[in-house]
Amino acid sequence: MLRLEALHKRYATGEVALTSVDLEVPKGQVMALIGPSGAGKSTLIRCVNRLVPPSGGRIFFDSQDVTRLGSRKLLKMRRKMGMIFQEFALVERLSVMENVLSGRLGYVGFWRSFLRKYPQSDIDDAFRLLKRIGLDHMVDKRADELSGGQRQRVGIARALIQDPQLLLVDEPTASLDPKTSRQIMRLICELAHERNLACVINIHDVPLARMFAQRVVGLRLGEIVYDGTPEGLNDDVLTEIYGEEDWHINKYARKAARQESSCEKEETAKPAAMSV
Amino acid sequence: MNSIIHPPQTWVRQPFIKSKTVRYCIYAGVVLYIILAFNTLEVNWVRVWEGLPRGQKFLAGFTPPDFISRWEEIVDGVLESLWMTVVSTVVGIMISIPVALGAARNIAHPLVYFFCRGIIAVSRSFHEILLAIFFVKFFGFGPFAGFVTLSFATIGFYAKLLTEDIEDTSASQSEAIQATGASWWQWINYGIQPQVMPRMIGLGLYRFDINFRESAIVGVVGGGGIGATLNTAFDRYEFDSAAAILIVIIAIVFLVEYTSGMIRKQVQ
Amino acid sequence: MAVSQQGNLKVWHRFDRKQQWISWAGWLTGTIIFVYCFQLISEKTFWMFVWDAPTQVGDLAYRMIPPTWGYFDKIWKPLWDTINIATLGTLLAIIIAVPIAFIAAANTTPSTKFVRPFALLAIVSSRSINSIIWALLLVAIVGPGLFAGIIAIGLRSVGFIAKLLYEAIEEIDPKQVEAIQATGAGRLQVLTYGIVPQILPAFAGISVYRWDINIRESTVLGLVGAGGIGLQLNASIMELAWSKVSLILIAIIITVIFSEWISAKVRHAII
Repeated sequence: MLRLEALHKRYATGEVALTSVDLEVPKGQVMALIGPSGAGKSTLIRCVNRLVPPSGGRIFFDSQDVTRLGSRKLLKMRRKMGMIFQEFALVERLSVMENVLSGRLGYVGFWRSFLRKYPQSDIDDAFRLLKRIGLDHMVDKRADELSGGQRQRVGIARALIQDPQLLLVDEPTASLDPKTSRQIMRLICELAHERNLACVINIHDVPLARMFAQRVVGLRLGEIVYDGTPEGLNDDVLTEIYGEEDWHINKYARKAARQESSCEKEETAKPAAMSV
Repeated sequence: MNSIIHPPQTWVRQPFIKSKTVRYCIYAGVVLYIILAFNTLEVNWVRVWEGLPRGQKFLAGFTPPDFISRWEEIVDGVLESLWMTVVSTVVGIMISIPVALGAARNIAHPLVYFFCRGIIAVSRSFHEILLAIFFVKFFGFGPFAGFVTLSFATIGFYAKLLTEDIEDTSASQSEAIQATGASWWQWINYGIQPQVMPRMIGLGLYRFDINFRESAIVGVVGGGGIGATLNTAFDRYEFDSAAAILIVIIAIVFLVEYTSGMIRKQVQ
Repeated sequence: MAVSQQGNLKVWHRFDRKQQWISWAGWLTGTIIFVYCFQLISEKTFWMFVWDAPTQVGDLAYRMIPPTWGYFDKIWKPLWDTINIATLGTLLAIIIAVPIAFIAAANTTPSTKFVRPFALLAIVSSRSINSIIWALLLVAIVGPGLFAGIIAIGLRSVGFIAKLLYEAIEEIDPKQVEAIQATGAGRLQVLTYGIVPQILPAFAGISVYRWDINIRESTVLGLVGAGGIGLQLNASIMELAWSKVSLILIAIIITVIFSEWISAKVRHAII
């Protein structure tokens, strides 16, 4: 489905973001890409749809070499890759519907999109998706009136209405609270399974990655240092990816919480159960 | 006994320019400049002194303002200024939009960028009245020259400020539109336009204000409008009519500014 | 709502019917006004002259190129004068504008009913009248020369600086002022500790910005006799010495771009 061969990226500033990455993602697989800030996660997924032009190596998608495509073909290729962004990246002054429909831009001509005259099939699709993500009552709200979780749902709908074969997801939960984060991740994964999409998720929240991904790839300084199951993410691997750190800090937090609750006897030990 | 003697601690406010040399150089430069400027001023104080009583008489000539004897010309002039303002604002903005897109660093190709920046620089460098002198020479006396002048001057203002707004747009929003496979025009329409729209309307109204005010001076060199009426009044030494015209200009500017301010508030 | 049900289809339009009509009506009225205004201008235009314009442009370009470079020696002094008009005029304006701004700002004015309206009126009158017209008046009063130019620039800039400054004063954070008041500070102390630090960057920015505009304006004051490079320009135009005119225009462009560069640098340093 998606295959990267010796992908290399060096920015104009001289900074090397990706040294040489080889990676293959089959159809229907949800893959989490973890790693510290500056490891090149964002660069990697932006190279796939060439929002950032790669400086070396090949990207094969749907048996075509993305790095060699002319600009017209590139636009056609981008339609097949839905992208979900950190901090949502909705066009804030457009309505929810317009934002969702903007996912169809690669399919409709300029005047149609300019006049907002989308084919009825697109509109039907949009309503179906909005219903699926639970926002069908907010069609005409402006994007900047929504809460964070609602915005990210719209972002997901915008990516899915493209009818993609691949989802590129960049830190989808970076600005969401823990509960909403889980809901959003669950939604993305469910939708990916329903449609049998390949899915690359950049995420820095390791517990979330463990919970939802079928496969985890760890990136450090532009190189893959781990590629395996979520279960295989033991302390040594985490140290390999992120550097030295006590990965059991929550053990002490739990203990501390227990002590606290024993001091205040009216309180039950609820806080301990909440900590993850 | 180990007593440490603390030196008395002093505190002075940190000056804005931290390096002492630079600071004193700037002070010295300012003083030097003021001395030089005043020495080369060559003001003929005698002439100024003698002029004062004459000035008084001159000002007396302004009162009371005479609205009546030239009323029709004043109305004609104001209307002509208004037409010029409307047409030149619209045309100026229509030309400014592509220029602004071309001059925005995050959108344009470098070659286009320098060309559009050049247009803006030229338009901004020359005062309306200078432009008017040339356009009157090219197109003849009358409101057409005034209209061309104001349109051209609008580009320097509108395109420059719009460019700044385009460069300030959120990169993630426009990136998201690019990721959908949108074409260049679709990208501008969905990714950029919604972000700059409120500013475009605000700037347009603001420029409408300015154009009306400027339309009062392009007339002085033959560009039509209320300025022409004012100039005629001066030439005929009808200072009371001139005063009336100035008052009318102030009133209309105030009105236009007030309404455009109201509309701008509504938009935001 | 822009969503409607048609049979079993759910249809979406950007606007509902009413909004659609308003939008169309707006565009239509706009176009009609525009065409009408253009029509009126066109009636007062000799189109023959307009069609002749390209020839005129070509002719003038032919006369203007190459510029008389030797004339440069004679325009140093007027250029210096031009810069002085702008700078001294701006200084004068600042001195007058600051108290007016404090009187005009709703949160610092001594009296909303009696003094504030006068300050606002002063601001509006100063802003509405272009510096060229101020110069026209002043040349008649104090005679031609730099002095008239400086006063003209000053009078025009008072309104500009005072307006932007009083808006800045009105937008200050009242919590900071409250905090200073809470320390038991007097009125003037509140001013210097609570208000001035908040508006200082805006004030400096506004002044430099106006200075930049004034450079541009003072290049043309000479056309009505108020000194500066405009005098030379006017003289050259009168004697149809177009190659000198083009040289002066180049000098103006350089000066204006230079002043814009300085103003941008200074504003950048402040903020």
